[in-house]
Amino acid sequence: MFKYFEPNKIFSITSRAPKYVLFLFIIILSIGLTEALILSPEDYKQGDSVRIMYVHVPAAWITLGIFSSITFLSLIGYIFKIRNFFLISKSLAPSGLVFNIVALVTGSIWGKPTWGTWWAWDARITSMLILALFYIIYLIAWRIYENNEKVFKITTIIAIIGIVNVPIIKYSVDWWNTLHQPASINILSKSSIHISMLFPLLIMTAAFALFSILIFLMKYNTELIKIKNKGLDRL
Amino acid sequence: MINETLLMNGYGLYVWSAFAFTLLSFTTLYVFTKIQYTKEKKKFIAKFGTLNPERAAFAKSQSINKEILSNSSII
Repeated sequence: MFKYFEPNKIFSITSRAPKYVLFLFIIILSIGLTEALILSPEDYKQGDSVRIMYVHVPAAWITLGIFSSITFLSLIGYIFKIRNFFLISKSLAPSGLVFNIVALVTGSIWGKPTWGTWWAWDARITSMLILALFYIIYLIAWRIYENNEKVFKITTIIAIIGIVNVPIIKYSVDWWNTLHQPASINILSKSSIHISMLFPLLIMTAAFALFSILIFLMKYNTELIKIKNKGLDRL
Repeated sequence: MINETLLMNGYGLYVWSAFAFTLLSFTTLYVFTKIQYTKEKKKFIAKFGTLNPERAAFAKSQSINKEILSNSSII
């Protein structure tokens, strides 16, 4: 099955896909922004500041999803010696870090009108900051050991240690008293968020997911060309 | 209507700055990634140009190299 993931086979797809993904991203983002900024209602308690949720929450979801994917791919790649999985993980990391920063900064902006402070060392915020540090360490490791077999082992270890933090982020609001409210959206039980707010939230999540796919594809193509550049040197 | 959307009952500054920061981050990441891609591609084309015909033909026999040369731009 893994042979289908070989770069030589999928480059013809990954090199053409970005323009279609970008087109789709712009359309979905336009719909999402219209819904989030104009059409969706204000919250009865938080007023219009609730609109920050439409960038803050999707960014947080995507960054957690990306880090989980990086860990899964690194682990499988390390066990089955699939170098391409490491290339995919490496290409996912920059957008993961940017989404993490967006979640932290927009959360901080949202915190000021809601809690009266830009920053608090509560469990959710602190664990999100730790995740950003793991992204940075992961990317630095790739920079330091770029041409070294060691990088696969080191980045896998970083990802495995970092993934411990992901359930902490998810359940921090249940385990500790934090400024954050408990989750409003549950897959297994009834969500407490109204459909008029859930719809723009899902549209914005789709737009952010498309953006992360776009950056991933561009970065993955760049990494493949880098490898081919080295291949030309050896000819 | 426009004033309502801009001011958002006093929350406008917070809401608009959060959205602006997000879109600015996206644009920056996109531009940096695009620059990196273009740089690597230019390097590849330049290196390919220095190969002798025999080696160039061999390199071109790999489909991925042909793809890189044929796709002038990914976006």
